[in-house]
Parts: sequence; structure tokens; C-alpha cells
Amino acid sequence: MTPAAHRLNLLDRPSVKAALVNRWPQLILRIVALAGFLIAIVSGLIGTPVGSHNFGIVFVWIAWWALLMLIAVPVFGRGWCSICPIPLPGEWLQNGAVLGPQKKGFSLNRKWPKRLRNIWLQNIAFTLVALFSAVILTQPGITAMVLLAFLFVAVGASVIFERRIFCRYLCPVGGFIGLYSQLAPTEIRVKDAAVCAAHTVKTCYTGSADGYGCPWLLYPGALTKNTYCGTCLECLRTCPHDNLAFNIRSLGADLRQPAGRKLDEAFKAFIMLGAALIYSAVMLGPWGALKSAAYSIGSGPWLMYAVSFLGLIFGVLPALFLLAVAAGRALSGSKATLKKSFVTFAYTLVPLGLTAWMAFSLSFAFANFSYVWPVLSDPLGAGWNLFGAANVSWQPYLTSIVPALQAGVLIAGLVWACATARQIAAETQAERAALIHALPVMGFCCLVTLALMGLLIA
Amino acid sequence: MPSVRSSSRWMVIGLIALLLAVAPLPIASAPPTERRFRIEASSFHYTPETISVNPGDHVTIDLVATDVVHGLYLDGYDLNVTADPGQTTSLSFIVDRSGAFRFRCSVTCGALHPFMIGKFNVGNNDLLWRSIGLAALAVVAVAWSRPR
Repeated sequence: MTPAAHRLNLLDRPSVKAALVNRWPQLILRIVALAGFLIAIVSGLIGTPVGSHNFGIVFVWIAWWALLMLIAVPVFGRGWCSICPIPLPGEWLQNGAVLGPQKKGFSLNRKWPKRLRNIWLQNIAFTLVALFSAVILTQPGITAMVLLAFLFVAVGASVIFERRIFCRYLCPVGGFIGLYSQLAPTEIRVKDAAVCAAHTVKTCYTGSADGYGCPWLLYPGALTKNTYCGTCLECLRTCPHDNLAFNIRSLGADLRQPAGRKLDEAFKAFIMLGAALIYSAVMLGPWGALKSAAYSIGSGPWLMYAVSFLGLIFGVLPALFLLAVAAGRALSGSKATLKKSFVTFAYTLVPLGLTAWMAFSLSFAFANFSYVWPVLSDPLGAGWNLFGAANVSWQPYLTSIVPALQAGVLIAGLVWACATARQIAAETQAERAALIHALPVMGFCCLVTLALMGLLIA
Repeated sequence: MPSVRSSSRWMVIGLIALLLAVAPLPIASAPPTERRFRIEASSFHYTPETISVNPGDHVTIDLVATDVVHGLYLDGYDLNVTADPGQTTSLSFIVDRSGAFRFRCSVTCGALHPFMIGKFNVGNNDLLWRSIGLAALAVVAVAWSRPR
């Protein structure tokens, strides 16, 4: 049975197709997002310094984060990247246009260095943001500076390099959205690869009068995973053969694709899983000394915190996982190299990591979401009351059921991770050997889940 | 088409899951008593960080703010109390829900305010043990099943 047999192409509905191919709906969403982004920067710089009353802090780290981790990524994969405001000014400059390919833009259009064509820089960037997060997430001025830095780097990348180099290789957020987008029940794929092969011009990559060549440097005809597809929809506009589909598919379909598994993505999985564990302890735990250590950058306790943070992410977790993989490999008699097994099985951590972040976000977001209403009414802390909600007091939502939701999400993630481990093992081994190969990795996933349960619902 | 043996296996797993999720746990709890706790709130932590009680206890919390105004909102119970610097405010209630609950500062008190959290443990944390049981069962079920 072909993969298409398990998919529902939303573009078969003319109204959906029209809405996605038309540039205006996407542009309107992008402008709304850009306006919010700019208000977040301005409020961070000149608004109230009280984080829980500052638009930048509340909208970026509570509202946006909750929507991203609980809805956007699990359902739409890289859907956020389709309307993300950060690369827009640079992209508009590069294209010389806001809406469509009309004018000559401004960019040196350099190629990105080959040795940097991976997500290691994104891994480093996310780790740095996570390491300093206790300050970034609570200080409006620092949040504004970080957002400005993202904007500056994105514009610089667009002016110097071709297409969306910032999104593809530099954005700290894009790295994990890409990793977790493999789980999403949506995808953009070609309907018939033979049509692409026969189409010598490849307008999906080179661009045409109808749209830009893939800003993410992908050839849609060879697309098998969501990881680097920014769902910008340009290929829907440039394909002259109507050969693109926007599919609804089964969850985690990309994890069943053996090709294209890489060490940089594997480490992204460890970084995200480790950060979820640490955030759960620091931000949701009762340990005041740990919070103070994470916040007091440059102090002795912070250095210990930083060493522990980096040690867990780049040392303890990968080392334990390597032991599990090595044990499974030895017990099952697998012929695969240890490195290949390590990288391959690391994709087991993709569902485990996403659900860990969802469980963390459930508690953090529901407890703090009521801060959104006052800052909507008074985004700059200037005493406004635009929507009559400036004086709405803080009230946590659903605190009675959040722990049960977290438990359900964590169990679902564990099941998904274990099923993925079994499926990955079965790619190269017979059923019984594959099970033996997968069992230690499943044990690792159990340990991580127990740790998360201990931090979040104990 | 699933075999009879396979169907039976999944029915057994489903039944065990149902039992783990809803069956009462045979754990006796201590008889209810009067409990009084003094909790000091200072930026950005509570002392003690965790308090433990039993179901049915009549609990009084004396909240003392040591630096700036702090609050204490108890998740699951929807109770809230605030204390001015140097002042003590009391909150009394009967513990009628088991489990682990967070209490958190309800008055903006500084940068780490959203993360100023303590824990209130009531008796046995059924949710945790049931979750661990369900997780273990789920892993066994996955190991038992055939990969797709």
C-alpha cells in the first residue's frame, strides 16, 4: 500500500486550497504576529519591569509558549514557522517585496558553508537560551534584548545569505520545532514523485512568477520528513502541475522513515529532554536554592547549576542512553555499529521529549495564563485599559485536573516512545531480536518518565 | 484479523488498566488531627518547602512574609491568603482531597514570582502510584505487541 493511501489531502477541498495558496491569509497572520513581536520588544524596553505584568514576558513566555507546545507543534508541526515574525523583515528585504515575487531584493545571496549545514548551531543556541532562561523568562528588558538579537541575526542572515538560512540553521526555536514536527499529523508532500522527476525546470526549488523557490532549501520532490519543511506554502504556489498535497496523516509518520537520521538531531532530542527535566525541577519544584542558583548568573551556585545543566544534557543522559543501546545491541546480536544504533534509537526520545514539554507546559501555562488578560488591556504598562481587563486578578486555571492531564500525557509519551523503539529495532532485526534490542531503551524511557512524574505530579 | 488469543490478551490488559485507574487502594490513613504550620515566605521560596498532612486533618497555616508582600494560593483547594511584610496571616481548612498539591505565591513579589512554589502533600499520592502502575502496564503491553 502506498503512503498516500493512509493520507487525506486537504487540498482536495477547493476552499482549503484557495485559502492556503492565496498569500493574503498568511500575510495577515504574519503581520499580526509581527505586531505582537514588536510590541513585546517595545514593552520589554519601556514597559513595566515587573515580568508578570509585562506584555513581552507574558505573551512570549506564557501565551506563545503554551500555544506552541500544546497546540501548534503537536498538531501543525512547523505551522508556527509559516507565520513566524522573526525572519519576515529580512525576508522582505531579501525579496524586495512583501506579498509576492515582483521586485529585485537586496541580498548577497551567499551559500551557507557546507560544514555548517546541520543543526549544531541551533543546538548550541537553544542550550544557551535554556541555560540563562531563569533570567530571560523573568526580566522584560532581557527578553526584549534576546528578541532583538533574534531579529538582528535573522535580518543579517537574509542580507548575506540566500533564502531562510536563519530559520534553517540558526533559529534556536526552529531546531526543536523541526524535530518534533516529525510527530505531527500534518505534512506537505508531493502527490507523485514521477511528475516531479519529469518536470525539468523544478520551479518549486528555483521559483517562478507565482512564488519563491523553496526558502528552506528543500526540493519537495524528495521530501520524506517534516523536519526542515517550514510549511511556507511556496511550493503549493510554484508547482505548475498541481502536484503538492497538504496531508492529514497518522501521528509520528516520519519516525517510521529510516533514512535521514543524524547525530545533530539525536543530540537535539537529548537537549530537549534534559531541558524539560531541569525546567520541571527549577520552575515547578519547591526548591528555592535551585531557583536562586539558576537566577544568579555568574555566582558560584550558578556555575554549579550551569555545570549540572550541561552535564545532564551532554553527559549523563547521552551516557545512560548509550549504555542502554549498547546493552540491547550486545544482547540481541545486532550487527549495526554502536554509533548508528545510538543515533537511530535516539529518535525514540522525540515523542518522549514532546510529551515531557507538554506536561511541563500544562502546569506552567494554566497556572499563569490569567496574566494574559491584564497585559492585553495594558500592553505597555502605561495605565491603559483597552479591553476592560487591566484589573483582572491572577487566577490559576484547572489546578485540580492539571496533574491528571500531565500523568496522561507522560504515559502516552512513554507508550509512543516504547512503540517507536520497537519499530526502529524491527527495521533491521527479526521480531524477537528486535524486542531484546529495544528493551533497554524502553527501560531508559521508563526511568525518564518516572523522573518526570516525580517532578511534576509527586 | 486479530486472533482470539490476541483479543483475550488485550482484554486482560484493558481490565488491569481499569483496575489500576479506579480501584480503591488498600492503604489505611492516620486518624484526623489538628495540624498547625508556620510557613515563612521570602523571595522566592517558602520555608518549609514541603508540608505533609493526612486526609481529614484540620490544618492551619500561619503565613509569615519576611521581606515583601507574599501570598499563598493552594492548587486543588482554590484557597488563597496574603501576608504583609513582618505580618502573619492564618488560613484554616479541613483537608478533604488526597494527593500532591502545589502552593504558589499569589502576589507579584519580584522576578521569580511565577516560580515561587511549595508542595502540600496529603496522605498517599494515589495519582502518582496509579500513573506508575499504568505506565508499567503500558510498557509491558507495548513489549507484548507486534510492531506495525
